[in-house]
Amino acid sequence: MTQQYPAELPNKGPRPKEELEDLERIWATPKGFKLLTAVNNTVVGTIYIGAAFLFFVLAGILALVMRTQLAVPDNNFVSQDLYNQLFTVHGTTMMFLFAVPAVEALGVMLLPQMLAARDLPFPRLSAFAIWAYIIGGLVFFSTILYDLAPKGGWFMYPPLTLTEYSPGDNADFWLLGIGFIEISAIAGAIEIIVGVLRTRPPGMTLARMPIFAWAMLIFATMIVFAFPAVILATMLLELERAFGWHFFNATYGGDALLWQHLFWFFGHPEVYIIFLPAAGLVSMIIPTMAQTPLVGYRLIVVALIATGFFSFGLWVHHMFTTGIPGLSLAFFSAASMAVAIPSGIQVFSWIATLAAGKTRIRMTVPSLFIMGFLFIFVLGGLTGVMVAAVPFDFQAHDTYFIVAHLHYVVVGGMVFPLFATFYFWVPLVSRKMLSERLGRWAFWLMFIGFNTAFFPMHITGLAGMPRRVWTYPGYLGWDLLNLISTIGAFTMAAGVLVFIIDLVRNFRFGPGGPENPWNAGTLEFLPNDVYSTRSIPHVTSREPLWDQPNLAQQVREGLHYLPNAPTGGRETIITSVIEAKPQYVIQMPGPSWTQFAAAAFTAACFLLLTVKAVAVALTCGVLAIVSCILWAWQLDRPDQGEVDIGGGIRLPTYMTGSLSHSWWAMVILMLVAASLYISYIFSYLYLWTVSPEIWAPGGSPALPPLTYPLGSALLLICGSVLVHWAKKRLPAAGRLSLSALALLVLAAALLAGAVGLEVLGHLQTGLDPSANAYSAMVYMASVLTGQAAFAVIILCAFACGGLVARRLDRKRCVTFDNAALLYWYTAAQGLCGLVLIHGFPRLIG
Amino acid sequence: MSKGLLRTIAGAGLVLLAGCNPQQSAFAPAGVEAERINVLFWVMTIAGGLIFAGVIVLCVLAIYAGDTLRSRLSGERLITGAGIVFPIVVLSVLLVYGFVVLRAGAGAPPSDDGIRFAISGEQWWWRVTYFDADGNRFESANELHIPVGRSVRLELTTADVLHSFWVPRLAGKLDMIPGRTNVLTVTATEEGISRGQCAEYCGGAHALMAFYVVAQAPEDFKAWLAKESGPAVKIEGEHAAHGAQLFLDAGCGACHTIRGTPAHGVIGPDLTHVGSRFSLAAGVLPNTAEAFARWVANNQHIKPENKMPPYNIFTRSELADLALYLESLK
Repeated sequence: MTQQYPAELPNKGPRPKEELEDLERIWATPKGFKLLTAVNNTVVGTIYIGAAFLFFVLAGILALVMRTQLAVPDNNFVSQDLYNQLFTVHGTTMMFLFAVPAVEALGVMLLPQMLAARDLPFPRLSAFAIWAYIIGGLVFFSTILYDLAPKGGWFMYPPLTLTEYSPGDNADFWLLGIGFIEISAIAGAIEIIVGVLRTRPPGMTLARMPIFAWAMLIFATMIVFAFPAVILATMLLELERAFGWHFFNATYGGDALLWQHLFWFFGHPEVYIIFLPAAGLVSMIIPTMAQTPLVGYRLIVVALIATGFFSFGLWVHHMFTTGIPGLSLAFFSAASMAVAIPSGIQVFSWIATLAAGKTRIRMTVPSLFIMGFLFIFVLGGLTGVMVAAVPFDFQAHDTYFIVAHLHYVVVGGMVFPLFATFYFWVPLVSRKMLSERLGRWAFWLMFIGFNTAFFPMHITGLAGMPRRVWTYPGYLGWDLLNLISTIGAFTMAAGVLVFIIDLVRNFRFGPGGPENPWNAGTLEFLPNDVYSTRSIPHVTSREPLWDQPNLAQQVREGLHYLPNAPTGGRETIITSVIEAKPQYVIQMPGPSWTQFAAAAFTAACFLLLTVKAVAVALTCGVLAIVSCILWAWQLDRPDQGEVDIGGGIRLPTYMTGSLSHSWWAMVILMLVAASLYISYIFSYLYLWTVSPEIWAPGGSPALPPLTYPLGSALLLICGSVLVHWAKKRLPAAGRLSLSALALLVLAAALLAGAVGLEVLGHLQTGLDPSANAYSAMVYMASVLTGQAAFAVIILCAFACGGLVARRLDRKRCVTFDNAALLYWYTAAQGLCGLVLIHGFPRLIG
Repeated sequence: MSKGLLRTIAGAGLVLLAGCNPQQSAFAPAGVEAERINVLFWVMTIAGGLIFAGVIVLCVLAIYAGDTLRSRLSGERLITGAGIVFPIVVLSVLLVYGFVVLRAGAGAPPSDDGIRFAISGEQWWWRVTYFDADGNRFESANELHIPVGRSVRLELTTADVLHSFWVPRLAGKLDMIPGRTNVLTVTATEEGISRGQCAEYCGGAHALMAFYVVAQAPEDFKAWLAKESGPAVKIEGEHAAHGAQLFLDAGCGACHTIRGTPAHGVIGPDLTHVGSRFSLAAGVLPNTAEAFARWVANNQHIKPENKMPPYNIFTRSELADLALYLESLK
């Protein structure tokens, strides 16, 4: 291996003492109840993981209650109604409140350390996502205590979840509560993508990136494309429940299977969304324990990308028994098997790495959990291949065989690596290591308990036991198997309890833990404090700590980049996407109440809507928007001129255009909106194939005359042009441009007008949104574009405020650029909608 | 590996693992479709077990073997060989095999006696409708009779939410979806009774929505069909007559039909021959007079949320007469 050390280190020592004091003051963690305002990734990341772990324990307790009920046949420990709530909340909590947040939390906590960045690029956005999730999640979970919990299963299939079969607010808690937590997951995903692509240390090219960063990049990208589908599904179902817009009711031309398509288009990638980061963690821990670089790094990266790609092509394997045509069965069966190959590549890479170590792998607690992971996950993968064979799935589907399979995959694939992670990375946030002795107990109890609980379920399922049954008769031969499973479940719980005892005894939050106790090669084991590393290293290989001798010492002494705080605030280096060349210094916000208030009010808004307290909910919604505006207003900092980061590199402190991190975030947000809209277009066309007879002009009022869509299109196009002109008329610094202001206001008005005109046209034809699936779909296009337009109008108002306050000018124009980007996107989406709504029925009619 | 040997292994496994009554077990196939899947299952399980053992052995060797072997395992060749080439070969074979099993059922000729079977899933019971060759239609509930050795097409629909029709001994499951009719083909290979159960969560009493399938020799099936299509049997005895009167007076006929009487309700199960069925309340209770009495008075406790209100209006002797009447409807 050729190593290119920088000819000399970027900065000269010894560094002045004030630099360290500045860093400590600027990055200090708020004390007491002000901890709620904290934004630093190690602090909020730890809170995030803590919350996710809490939900793991809570949902685990629900599982124990269920296992107690099923321990013997004809049991009456819990009632039928409570049991139905229990499995719904168990599944929902484990998937939405534990698994995804836990891996996202690891991203928030570990990524900046692995990339030696001071923080993620949008610290308040992560804090917002975390608090929204914690508040919303706790309220959602507590419904199980008041008999208010949803009971439609974590998959919430209609028609069971329609008002007719699920009256009461229970289902709404799922739809609104979980719906907005998905939004928080998307916020985190945007943060992670921009973080991985733009905040790497100088010299860390994509090919030198730790595997975990690759895994998180793919994870976050998958969230961007997968979550919008379920958000759309949730919106449609809530609209049907609240206002009778028939998307899923077959009597009115809707289709229950539409939900299944949308749900599993999210739900299957979801499994890999959970698994990929965990696989990334395994790919970090194994080389460290074997003290040798990962074998097949490039193959693993390809495998991760392939998994992400394939996972979008197999959602129908959850629907093999719905009676879909044979050709679809064949395609999705093949795709479901193909996805096993990238997992195989990773498994054998890990085995090869174990063999490559000069000495045998150290059997520490993290290693044990990794071995447990390999054992369980390989078994789960093999049963996964079995159920990918369609005829076998006809038997296994919706039985305890699947319960066994899915737990082997997600507990093996994610929970065991997570525990390995706890033991492995704890020195990053704790002054003390966790106990090796207690850790071994925890591992063996969990490993034996897990297999005792779940292995017999393969047999129980094929012996005929379906899932989601609260009781079963004693004469079918399922009793002994169920009793064994229950014993296993409690054994596993005992293992988790031992881990909690270990936490209580040994986990002490704060910097100053042992330095690089495992002799790892990656940057998160550099000396750390609240400001992350003292200076940001120049990286020349994949395992810098192994390949660059004295790196830790040099970094601690501030001899690498940015050993100080030249702008006087929080900052880190933004580098280029592929080569990681330093581009500018990003000024980042510090602690604030604004993002916390925004999170609390957003949560309140959604949850109050659930219980139909509309007025209070809308008030909270307005307060949430106000909080966001305050938060964004504080973010927009002026240019501080160029600063020196060392090595003769001078970087700007303000950036606009496609180099700016903000531009990247906005583009990713547009991708999210576009996936949502594509899911909508799919839904529209899908329902047409199901019930073409209700489509206009045959089965519904004729479309409005072409003047309406053409007028609407004209408004959208004119508005976009006005925004373009406004950009050209932005004033010089410190000046006010009334023409730019007027153009922006006019553009916002045109956008609102365009949406209004489209709705008006359909109202005039007498089309009633609750008439049938067609009419509901027609108005849904305007709902989606109206929603985007609402955001655009707020951004335009924000930019206008900036203009008036003379904070927005030709150079300092990031807020304007963001508004403009989203404006153009919304106009384009609106035009697509017009073509679909007015063109498609004319084409087929 | 021969089918016979596989079956022996399957049988041994079954006795060992699933214990007593296999009437709902996929390990004890009594239908052509289920048998094919059972063979597929054992082939995959054995192959999967070998692969699993192989991975574990490789893993152990990678850690504990001597230096020469370990260094041989440490290259990218292991990854391309075991992680790419091997799975592609195995999975391709499995894929083709899976399709063969899938296709095998598709071409079977339908039963030639012109009888149609329609089953509708309803919260939380099964409406079973037969159409005979002459186009006559009659209903039953929670029990399906089919002739052995004939390929039978079951037309599956739902009256409310999603359900899934599943008799593990006969075939895989197929969902019942609003607005659609799904057709499941089953071919019983031996006479006997199998139990089935709803496999798609359908709310409330999903766990208590079972049914029985009775596979009969074709001539027995014909005889049964002839009897089942007729009206209810004549009432014998004073108590039963009293029970019949109570049935009508209490308004049971608003929901239930007993052909040959004024009871014409269509909301609940047809009770014309309820006394001849294997179970009550969709596989929840045995078919005895005592069970009828318990059900009428206490059904919300036995099967929570079911759509029948509990009838506490009867005295003990009235309840006994009513139960006697119902049980006599053979």
